[in-house]
Amino acid sequence: MADNPNPNLDVETPETRPKRKGVKRRAFLIGSALLAGGGAFGLWWGDSSAAKRAKALTETGKDHNFLSWMKIAEDDVVTVYSPHIDFGQGSHTALAQMLADELDADWAKVKVEQAPADTAFANTPLGKGFLAEMSGYPGVINALPTAILSMITRSMPLQITGGSSAVRYTGQVGMRAVGAAVRLALIEEAASRLGVAASELATADSKVTHARSGRSLRYGELAAGAALRSLNSEAKLKERNDYKLIGKPVPRMDIPAKVDGSAIYGIDFTLPEMRVATVAAAPVRGGKLVSVDEKPAMAVKGVEKVVKLDDAVIVVAKGYWQALKGLQALSPNFSDGGHAGVSTASVYAAQDALRKGGKPDNEGGEGDVDAAFSAAEAKLVEAEYRVPFLHHAMMEPFALTARYKDGKLEFWGGLQDPLSARTRAAKAADLSVDDVIFHPMIMGGGFGRRFPDVTEIIDQVALLAKQLPYPVKLIWSREEEVRHGTYRPQSSAHLKAALDKDGRITAWRTDYVQSGDAEAETSFIYAIPATSRRHFAYQSNQIDGPWRSVNSTQIGFYNESFIDELAHAAGHDPYQFRRKHLPEGSRYQRVLDEVAKRSGWGTPLPAGVGRGIAIVESFGSIAAEVVEATVKEDGNPKLLKAWAVVDCGTTVNPLNGEAQISGGMIMGLSSALGEAINLDKGAVVESNLSDYPILKLADAPPQIDVHFIESGAKMGGLGEPGVPPASPALANALFAATGKRVRELPILAQAKA
Amino acid sequence: MAIELTVNGKAASVDAEPDTPLLWALRENLGLTGTKFGCGVAACGACSVHIDGQYARSCSIPLSEVAGKSVTTIEGLKSADGTLHKVQQAWIEQQVPQCGYCQSGQIMAAVALIDRVGTPSDAQIDEAMTNICRCGTYPRIRKAIHAATGKAAIAVQGEA
Repeated sequence: MADNPNPNLDVETPETRPKRKGVKRRAFLIGSALLAGGGAFGLWWGDSSAAKRAKALTETGKDHNFLSWMKIAEDDVVTVYSPHIDFGQGSHTALAQMLADELDADWAKVKVEQAPADTAFANTPLGKGFLAEMSGYPGVINALPTAILSMITRSMPLQITGGSSAVRYTGQVGMRAVGAAVRLALIEEAASRLGVAASELATADSKVTHARSGRSLRYGELAAGAALRSLNSEAKLKERNDYKLIGKPVPRMDIPAKVDGSAIYGIDFTLPEMRVATVAAAPVRGGKLVSVDEKPAMAVKGVEKVVKLDDAVIVVAKGYWQALKGLQALSPNFSDGGHAGVSTASVYAAQDALRKGGKPDNEGGEGDVDAAFSAAEAKLVEAEYRVPFLHHAMMEPFALTARYKDGKLEFWGGLQDPLSARTRAAKAADLSVDDVIFHPMIMGGGFGRRFPDVTEIIDQVALLAKQLPYPVKLIWSREEEVRHGTYRPQSSAHLKAALDKDGRITAWRTDYVQSGDAEAETSFIYAIPATSRRHFAYQSNQIDGPWRSVNSTQIGFYNESFIDELAHAAGHDPYQFRRKHLPEGSRYQRVLDEVAKRSGWGTPLPAGVGRGIAIVESFGSIAAEVVEATVKEDGNPKLLKAWAVVDCGTTVNPLNGEAQISGGMIMGLSSALGEAINLDKGAVVESNLSDYPILKLADAPPQIDVHFIESGAKMGGLGEPGVPPASPALANALFAATGKRVRELPILAQAKA
Repeated sequence: MAIELTVNGKAASVDAEPDTPLLWALRENLGLTGTKFGCGVAACGACSVHIDGQYARSCSIPLSEVAGKSVTTIEGLKSADGTLHKVQQAWIEQQVPQCGYCQSGQIMAAVALIDRVGTPSDAQIDEAMTNICRCGTYPRIRKAIHAATGKAAIAVQGEA
């Protein structure tokens, strides 16, 4: 540790988090692990084949590539290659800020581009960061959705975007280190050209300057020589006070093209001679295509071909409308895969039965919960909660364009992990990965839906393209999108706690039923002597996928609703009650105090208006939110005001961070109010955005007050942590307003019933 | 048989079935991909355009209904010299877009609202801005509309 050149990278947080059963606490410092010793990070890749491929894919002859992370052109333009996709979370700009800050680059001449889907651009720091933390450091393990974990262990290297990982891993460990190392190489090159000591040189605005002689060299002039130098893997990173770009509200680079219609998303991409196709898969997940008479589709003007897959039928036409009309003319016969008995009610019934009768599949916690429950003076409180499947509703429906020619498959579109997209397409089309090229494009949202692992449109388009002599764009209708999602799982839970005579929680048990174990990914932040979290595994016929903030949505709702119930049972204020169960002087308390202060917690409210508070730690960040709400004459809630306070350690771009937290909070409120995917006879009931109600502007809080606490602690994510506290904060506000406790989501469905 | 209309001030001829939604004629026949497909049932507003100056959801308007009419899309909002519309400028200044996919439609809705009422109140914004944004950019959309109209007022005063 003593020779760690960058102690500011790996601040170990001093939380006195309760220890977890079966997890050895070890202060694993990701920064030093990756930066100490060039071998660990591999900053010099010499003449490896990866280096050659990276150069071939990006160099134009007038620029020079460094480590496949960036290049400098002779006109000083720095291009940063992001291994992450930017689907609106702003990480491209944030990553470029981090690299450019360490490089002392002129921000006006910095560009960011999506890295090509090639292993030469794989995101090794992300993989290593994840794996290092998996090896025993629990504090940030909560960053790892189960789906991502499984992908990592199966497939390195990575280009994943997820787990709110871009800035805190790729940025902190990759971008900054590369920027700092290239800056040193530029200084060395300048020292040799000017014949002076490197220590006499300074950098700023993409120039190396020798103050004594008044001479300077531009980065563009130095790039060719610097690119041949070995890069220092232990380059010292800037201290907080020296940041010029990190922490600044830099406007996002991608926004101008998103206001004039010029941004080209996957669905906008075209090729000469391209046809358009659309698909209907078996309505019941697990069902197969039994038969289909192609003739009615072929009779539609513009339809050229009907393609049958194992579980779907695809219509290919000149344009989307013709393909859709062709598809609608068909009466395909699908099997139900034996799932005809599955409904929303049957899933909850099966979950209840499993929880009551079965034994848990996984257990976390500490202390003797049962002994505390049976203590003589214990006051017991119990409650059951339920949450439905949720649809991602990314605004751009799935669309991939593919061309199969001369034994090679090329495809275009927006997916959260370009490298594994390639692998999946190769497998589906029975090709070697080298014969598959993927061109990642910007995406109209994703929220966890675009992980190749759960994205069957890759198989569909690969199989389709192989059968066609021309390129084809396969577009999913919104109906297909709603009915064949990879949903946030339907989940239910029974919570039980004991209060002592002073109103302190002595024991807490959560029994929850859903497909995946949430223990490694979610945080239980309260200091309670005995806790037990028991997971009962239940899998419906649906595919459960990561949905923005993953398991923290429902676990956050359970914990933060229940602790509110406990506060009321103890006769205490919900804010003060939480506070006294959090470690004294902890970051949790500071975040909670700040949101209480900003929201005027405890000040009088008009009759019928209630305030609710919630705090959830997810993806390495702590977020507390307050919602003010009332109930309208029609019985539905009305959101009045909202506040969020977040400690993510350091905010790289506060302007964008505010947008992420505010947007995440609105997504959480939307899901709590009205969103549900229901099942009947094994199939999804909802059909489109007309019956899957997403919060609209008029119903969202007019303003959300977002505040960041710059604690300097280990950096956490921002894409997801705004979501989990929103639904319990709203439910708690409604309880405060009406005295009626929300224990099942969505709220609107019950208001109607 | 081709259908004639005006798109972004220029005569356009679209050779497509009369029941083809305007959205797909714009995107596939005319190559104007700034207008987006979101739901196909006029529920989300990603496909919003102006028809003879009126706000409309183009996914649910057949081409036959716009014959002879004038359609404006996001690509047609800039002035002839390439200057962005004040609403587009406000969208950049307020850093509204996240994924950006719905924003063409949001901007078209905002422009139609401002054209209609001048300086909209919050209640008028609530009523008119019904397009869905899954990223949750609503607070900044509201701010940008106020900024665009506030700035317009200042500009008018400056000229006087």
